Amino acid sequence: MSQIWRIAQKEVSDGLRNRWLLAITMTFAILAIGIAWFGSAASGEIGFSNVETTIASLTSLASFLIPLIALLVAYDAIVGEDEGGTLLLLLTYPLSRMHLLIGKFCGHSIILGLAAVAGFGSAALAIVVFAEGVVVSEVLAAFGRFILSSTLLGWSFLALAYLVSALVTEKKRAAGLALSIWFLFVLVFDLALLALLTSTEGGMSPETLPWLLMLNPTDIYRLINLAAMNGFGGVSGALAIGADLPLTHGLWLGLAVWVAAPLLLAHVAFMRRAI
Amino acid sequence: MIHLEGVSQYYGRHQVLHDLNLTLGEGEVLGLFGHNGAGKTTTIKLILGLLRPDRGNVLTLGRSPNQVDMRRQIGYLPENVMFYPQLSGLETLRYFARLKQAPLTQVKSLLEQVGLSEAANQKVKTYSKGMRQRLGLAQALLGEPRLLLLDEPTVGLDPIATADLYELVDGLRRQGAGIILCSHVLPGVEPHIDRAAILGHGRLRAEGSLGELRRQAQAPIRLRLSGVKHRDQCLERWKDQIPDMRPVNAHSLEIATDAQHKLELLKVLLTSIQVEDVDIHQPGLEDLYRYFIADDPAQIKETQQ
Ligand SMILES: Nc1ncnc2c1ncn2[C@@H]1O[C@H](COP(=O)(O)OP(=O)(O)OP(=O)(O)O)[C@@H](O)[C@H]1O
Ligand SMILES: [Mg+2]
Repeated sequence: MSQIWRIAQKEVSDGLRNRWLLAITMTFAILAIGIAWFGSAASGEIGFSNVETTIASLTSLASFLIPLIALLVAYDAIVGEDEGGTLLLLLTYPLSRMHLLIGKFCGHSIILGLAAVAGFGSAALAIVVFAEGVVVSEVLAAFGRFILSSTLLGWSFLALAYLVSALVTEKKRAAGLALSIWFLFVLVFDLALLALLTSTEGGMSPETLPWLLMLNPTDIYRLINLAAMNGFGGVSGALAIGADLPLTHGLWLGLAVWVAAPLLLAHVAFMRRAI
Repeated sequence: MIHLEGVSQYYGRHQVLHDLNLTLGEGEVLGLFGHNGAGKTTTIKLILGLLRPDRGNVLTLGRSPNQVDMRRQIGYLPENVMFYPQLSGLETLRYFARLKQAPLTQVKSLLEQVGLSEAANQKVKTYSKGMRQRLGLAQALLGEPRLLLLDEPTVGLDPIATADLYELVDGLRRQGAGIILCSHVLPGVEPHIDRAAILGHGRLRAEGSLGELRRQAQAPIRLRLSGVKHRDQCLERWKDQIPDMRPVNAHSLEIATDAQHKLELLKVLLTSIQVEDVDIHQPGLEDLYRYFIADDPAQIKETQQ
């Protein structure tokens, strides 16, 4: 246990040293504050409108950005140490491969979690302090949910990045594979689902179709944040089929599974990896 | 401390170790030698549990080498040791000390011991090859290991640092540590090892103390007589009894003999020939290495091609 913590500590201090933590936090903060005040500029208004539309726009942007950041942070977690020659050395120290994997994952998780809390949290604070006519408890509830789900989404893509990193023997290949994963979940999946929806034309049972959304962590993430807000009034595209899902806690559980399952697979891949 | 019994290892379908038997006792230094690709590093990785043997048995410190907590007692210097380039030498060693649960007070003294005190706060990416090697050595000594595995430790070290390293090896041996030393630099290691194992194409070609190896090889001992009076007459007179006698320069003779006949021959010669000096040249590690490696049929084929 203490070995896991030592590895995690190193990862966090690396994150501080190379300014990743700062950069991600700033990105989140600027993004959230920008959307809160200028999100509705297209419709001619400038200034804070309301919490619902802020969270809605933020969610759709973050569902692109957070997976990308998480993959970028961790795609070389294992393959990078291998290429750098330090993996060989670490594995002759009194720690198991599981300690190493979990330790590094915890370190990266802490970085993403801190960035989400500090970055999005500062936006929430700004809204509470500067915006007029907002109900504080509403803002806190919406942002609390948003920050927690954003963190979980980040962790699930961290876990996917670890899986890639444990499978591949070259850093370049890992980067390519990580990008493909991003492309698949963020862009291709919904299009494929829409195509399926129109081509089967109700041929598929309407009960099973919404469950397909659970196959994509970014869709679960959007459902969590949008469903809670406005009863799916603003939900469009492939996501609309999720309106029928009889789930609330199930969505959270789904996201948690998307953290645990790839991490478990990464562990299996790492154990089989030749040094 | 180490027992390898009938170990065979494959990379894919390529067999790199054939039925290897090797042991190391406490307070013993084993030199592991062999050509490039002979299987030295593979053997060390098996001892460390980084590889699992496809056949045979490996025991390290009396236990299966994949047991994690046992590694606290093992120090390992890999060939081409690498570190985190963005950390300083001090930070690197502190991190590894924590992982090995070694006292942090050891870090400063180790840096001093390997001569890196001044560069301790410099980032590792600015280190020279030899400085990295020194840091690697310091890392291997964390936690006062009972078993030390050094894979080409002298690569990149300057002559003084190399001498320091050998002195360190001697000191640790006196304290009862078992040490495996892999090297291509044969001159110089001889006085610091108890036994040598010579690998050729994944097979143990020879193993034993230097005396044992000399006997096995029946490598000739060369006697050089210098300042010989009436050299040509001597040559003429002894040439039938001692066929391995040859002139070297104007006043010197060289005779090849073996360990058994060495003394007898010397007695006879010194009573009947007038000489100024006698040099006895024992076959060194390098001669033995050449002998056992050349014995390898595959190697001979390679050199013929
Ligand atoms: N990861 C690997 N995959 C495939 N083959 C390997 C691998 N590592 C080593 N080998 C092969 O195993 C054989 C033994 O390699 P090893 O590294 O043990 O040699 P060595 O004696 O340490 O050589 P050197 O003196 O060059 O360090 C070589 O033929 C090498 O090609
Ligand atoms: Mg080697």
